[in-house]
Amino acid sequence: MRIAVDHRTRYRFTEPQVRLVQLLRLTPQDSIDQTVVNWHIGVDCDARLREAVDGFGNRTTMLYCEGPIDAIEITVHGEVLTAGDAGLVRGVIEPLPPALFLRVTDRTRASAAMRDFAQEIAPGEDRIARLHALNSALHARFACREERNDTGLSAEAAFRREHASPRDLAHLLVALARAEGVPARYVSGYHTREDGEGHAPHAWAEAHVDALGWLAFDPSRGLSSDEHYVRVAVALDAAGAAPVAGSRLGEGRECLDVDVQVAELGRQ
Amino acid sequence: MLSRTAASLYWLGRYVERADFVARLVEATIRLDALSPRPAGEAAWASALSVTYSDDGFAATGAETAAMEVARFLTLDPANPGSIVACLDAARNNAKAVRTALTRDAWTAINRAWLIFNGRGKPATTMETLTLVEAVKAETRGFEGAIHWMMRNQATWFIRLGAAIERADNTARLLDVKYHLLLPKGERVGGTVDRDQWTTILQTVSAVTAYRWLYSEGLKPALVIDLLTTRFELPRSLAGCIEETVEVMTLLGKRTGLHGEADRMARARLAAMQRTRSGDVIVRGLHEYLTAFIRENGLLHAAIARQFRFS
Amino acid sequence: MAAGQAFDEIRGQDGPDAIRPEFAALGAWLDRTPQADLERRLEAAEATFRQLGITFAVYGDADAAERIIPFDIVPRVFTASEWAGLSEGLVQRVDAINAFLDDIYGAREILRAGVLPEELILGNPQFRPEVVGTRPPHGIWAHICGIDCVRTGPDEFFVLEDNARTPSGVSYMLENREAMIRLCPELFRDFRVAAVDSYPDMLLETMRSVAPASAGAEPVCVVLTPGHFNSAYYEHSFLADSMGVELVEAADLVVDDDVVWMRTIGGRVRVDVIYRRIDDDYLDPLVFRPDSLLGVPGIMAAYRAGNVALINAPGNGIADDKAIYSYMPEIVRFYSGADAKLPNVQTFRCREPDALRYVLDHLDQLVVKLVDGSGGYGMLVGPTASSAEIEGFRAALMATPERYIAQPTLALSTVPTLTERGLAPRHVDFRPFVLSGRGGVKVVPGGLTRVALKEGSLVVNSSQGGGTKDSFVLMGDAPAQQQTLGAMTQRQG
Repeated sequence: MRIAVDHRTRYRFTEPQVRLVQLLRLTPQDSIDQTVVNWHIGVDCDARLREAVDGFGNRTTMLYCEGPIDAIEITVHGEVLTAGDAGLVRGVIEPLPPALFLRVTDRTRASAAMRDFAQEIAPGEDRIARLHALNSALHARFACREERNDTGLSAEAAFRREHASPRDLAHLLVALARAEGVPARYVSGYHTREDGEGHAPHAWAEAHVDALGWLAFDPSRGLSSDEHYVRVAVALDAAGAAPVAGSRLGEGRECLDVDVQVAELGRQ
Repeated sequence: MLSRTAASLYWLGRYVERADFVARLVEATIRLDALSPRPAGEAAWASALSVTYSDDGFAATGAETAAMEVARFLTLDPANPGSIVACLDAARNNAKAVRTALTRDAWTAINRAWLIFNGRGKPATTMETLTLVEAVKAETRGFEGAIHWMMRNQATWFIRLGAAIERADNTARLLDVKYHLLLPKGERVGGTVDRDQWTTILQTVSAVTAYRWLYSEGLKPALVIDLLTTRFELPRSLAGCIEETVEVMTLLGKRTGLHGEADRMARARLAAMQRTRSGDVIVRGLHEYLTAFIRENGLLHAAIARQFRFS
Repeated sequence: MAAGQAFDEIRGQDGPDAIRPEFAALGAWLDRTPQADLERRLEAAEATFRQLGITFAVYGDADAAERIIPFDIVPRVFTASEWAGLSEGLVQRVDAINAFLDDIYGAREILRAGVLPEELILGNPQFRPEVVGTRPPHGIWAHICGIDCVRTGPDEFFVLEDNARTPSGVSYMLENREAMIRLCPELFRDFRVAAVDSYPDMLLETMRSVAPASAGAEPVCVVLTPGHFNSAYYEHSFLADSMGVELVEAADLVVDDDVVWMRTIGGRVRVDVIYRRIDDDYLDPLVFRPDSLLGVPGIMAAYRAGNVALINAPGNGIADDKAIYSYMPEIVRFYSGADAKLPNVQTFRCREPDALRYVLDHLDQLVVKLVDGSGGYGMLVGPTASSAEIEGFRAALMATPERYIAQPTLALSTVPTLTERGLAPRHVDFRPFVLSGRGGVKVVPGGLTRVALKEGSLVVNSSQGGGTKDSFVLMGDAPAQQQTLGAMTQRQG
C-alpha cells in the first residue's frame, strides 16, 4: 500500500514567545513492512532542525526557534510504502530488550476494575489468543472517539468512561498486557480509515510474545495492524511517544490545532 | 558575567536606592507635616504619595489621607510595591540570587535592613516611624559603604548603575510633584509654607548643607531647582546622576569591550546636561522638562536592559 | 552494639585510655589541651560556619532555623598505609561503576552473562531508557563519586553505599580543614597531613579533561544549581567560586541547534562541560519530567549529539541504587576480573524468599532499609528499636518485601569526640570523594567523616543529629614539602 500523510500542527500563542524548543517524533523509520519513500518536516518560520534517534529507537527532530513568535505551524508531508502481516513487527531497530516494557507508568496502571474486566475474558489457549481476546474485548466495550489532543488521561481514568480515544484504548491494552506479565508498548502513527475520515494521529499497542517478537494490536478497531498503518514512534506510554513535546519561553497561553490527512494512493 | 547576575545586581542597586529614597521622603514629610497648619499637612502626605506613584494604590486601600495611614502605607505595607518593606524584600531577593558576587558586608547590610521590618507591627506614633526610617537609612548607608569597599569590578558597577538610574528618577519626580502640587490655596509663593516645602525637598535629597555652601543667598526656589537639576557637585542632582551613569558605563565598557546603544544614549544626555541652564528650564517650563527627563530615563533603562541582555 | 566494644580508630583495641602508637602525638595533644580550650576552639569554628552560611537552609528566611551541621574538633586520622589500602579499593570500585554504566546503557553484556537478574535493571526506574544509546564524552559516566564506607576493625573497611549521582559534602571536607588549620595549627606541625585544598583544581581538571571534542583548548565549564533555595546551594556556590567558573541556573542556559549556550552580558557563550547539581528527573522537561522548571529544554539533545559533557552523566542512578548495591561484588568481579578489595556489608535481599525469612526471624538484630529511601528515613535499627517499630516493619516487609534490604548491625568504629562530659568515643562513617577523568581515577586524600553525636547511636545523618569531623590522611615517608602539593592516589586509566 502506498500511503500519503499530511499532518499539520499549529500552535498559536496569546503573547509573543521569546523562544521555542520542541522535540518532534514525527518521522517513521524503515522496516521490513514499511519503506519511507519521501518525508519532509516543514516549519513556517525561521527555525533550526536537528535529527537524532532517541533511546527507544524513534527518529526525532529537535526544533529551535527564536522569537518573537506568535504562532508556528509544523507541516509533515510524506509517502510510505507499507506491507503488513497479521500485526507482526519486523525489522525494526530495537535498542531496548522487551522486558523493559513491563514497566508500569502512571498512565498504564491497571486498576482493580480493569483486572476484573480482564478476568472475565476467556483465557485463550495461548498468549497470542489471549492478547487478541483482550484487544477485541476493549474494542467491544468502548465507543471509539477520536481526540486530536492528548488530554493526559490515565488508563484507570479512561476505563471509567463509556467512550475512549485510540490513545486511551492503547493505554488500556498496554496496561492489561503488562499486568499479565506481557511486555507491551504504546505506538503512535497513522492509519487510513475506510471511511476516509480521521483527523488526528492514530495510536495502538504492541505486545511481545517470545516465539514471534512484537505484535501490533489496534483496540480501536479490535484487529491487528496491517498495511493500512504507518508506524512512527513507540514508548512506555503516550507521553514518551508524543508527536510534539515542547517548551516555550514566554507569557500567555497556547492554542493547539492539529489536522491529519491520510490517503491511500493505491497498491503497488 | 551572566546576564541574570548583571540584572540582579542592577535591580539590587535600584531597590536599595528606592528604599532609601522613600525613607527620606517619609522623614521629610513628617517634618513638613509638623510645621504646617492643616490642611497643608495632609497635602504634604498626599504629595508624598504622588512622588512615589502610589496615590492610586493608597486610594484603593480606602484609608484616609492621614499621616499615620500614609506613613504605614509607604513604610510597612507589603501590598504596596513602592513601600520600603517591598523594596527591601525585592533588594534582598536579588541579593540572594547573586550572593557570591557580594561581599559579606554588603549582604549583611541588606539582610539587616530587611530584618528591621521582619515581624514588625505597624508604627503607632510618629516617633516610631522616625526610628524606623532612621534605621533603614543607616543600613542603606552601610550598604553603600560596603559597595564602596567591594572590588572595583563589574558587580559593583552594575549596582551603582542601577542606583544612579533610580536616583535620577526619584529626584526628577520629587521636584516635579513638589513644584506643582504642593502649595495649598491661599498660601503665598515665598511664604512660610512655601519655604518649608523647599527646605523639605532639600532635606529629602540631603542637600541642605550643599545649598548653603553653593549659594550665599537665602532659600530661593530657582536656586533649589538649579541645585537639583544642573549642578554636577550634588550626587543626587539630575546632572550628578547622569554623570555617575556615564562614569559607570565607561568602566563597564572598558572591562567588557562592549559599547552600545545605552552608552551612546547616556553620553548624549551628559552632553545635553552640560549645555543646560536652570534658568532656561524654568522659563520653558520645569514640568515639561522633568516629564521629558523621566521619559528619557526610562528609555535609557530599557537600552541598558537590552545592551546587557537582562531578559 | 555498645560503643565500648567497637574498634576505636585512635585508641585502638587496648581500652579507653590507650592510644595507637602511630597517633601518640594526637594523644599527647588531647592530654595537654584542656577541655575548655577545645570547647573555645569548637565555638570559634561553628561561629565561622554560621557566618559563611554553611547551613541546611542557606540564606533561608529568618524564621527558617539556620542550622549548621555540628562540627567536632578531634580529627579522625588515617595512616598512610591504611589510606593506600582504602584508596586501592575505591579506585577499583569506581572503575567498576564506570564500566558497569558504560555496559548497561550500551551492550548490556552483564545481563547477557546472567550476573544480574534482568528485571532488576530493566524494571528499575533508575535505569533510564531515555539515556540508552548515549555515551558521555570519553566514556566516563561517574566523574564524581562519594563512596560511603564504614570500618569495624584495623583493616576491616566496608562500603555501605555508593553515590554516583550528585554526591554532596565536599564543601564540608574543605571548610572543616580550613577550620582545623586555623584553630589547631599545632596538629599540622605534629602530623604531616595530606592537603585537600587542591580539590577544586582537581575537579576543574577533571571537568576539562572530559570536555567534548567540539570544545576548544579552553573548555567552558559551569556549575548548574537549582537555585538559592536549594539546601546545598552553599556548596554549589562554593565550588563554582573556588574553581572560578560561573554558577548558572537553568534560565541562564539556552540550547540552540543542539549546542548549550549561557546568556552573558556580552552575548551567548558556548558551554562545554556542566557540573549539574540537578537530578535527572528535572534536567530536561522535554525528555524527563515535563513539569520541571529547573531544567534546560533541549539539554539532553545537546548531550546526545555529543556537544556537551554532563557531570555526572544522566542515568547514573542505576549504579548507586540500593537494590543494585548488593550485587556490587559481582559487578566488580565481572568488570575487573578480580575480587572486590573493598567488601560490601553483608546484605539480605528481601525480594529473595530465603533472605526474607531470615530477616523476619532476626529483625531485632538487623538494620532494615528501604531500597529507595535516603537520609536515614525509612530505616529500622533493630537493636535499638521498640517492639512496636519492629512490628511495623514486619508488616511492611511482608507486604512489599522487594522494597527492602537488611544488613547486620555493624560495630562501627569510633573516634574520640568532644562531649559535654569530656572526650568520649562516638561512632563514625566516612565519605571519600573519587574523581574520574581522562587521566584516570583519583582519590582525594581526605573526605567527610560523619559522627553520630548521641552516645551509642549509629545514625550519622545530619538530619538525625549527626555531626562532622576533619579527616586527616597522614603522608608516608615522602618529604615534608609535599604537604602542599596534595598527594593523591592515582592510577593511569
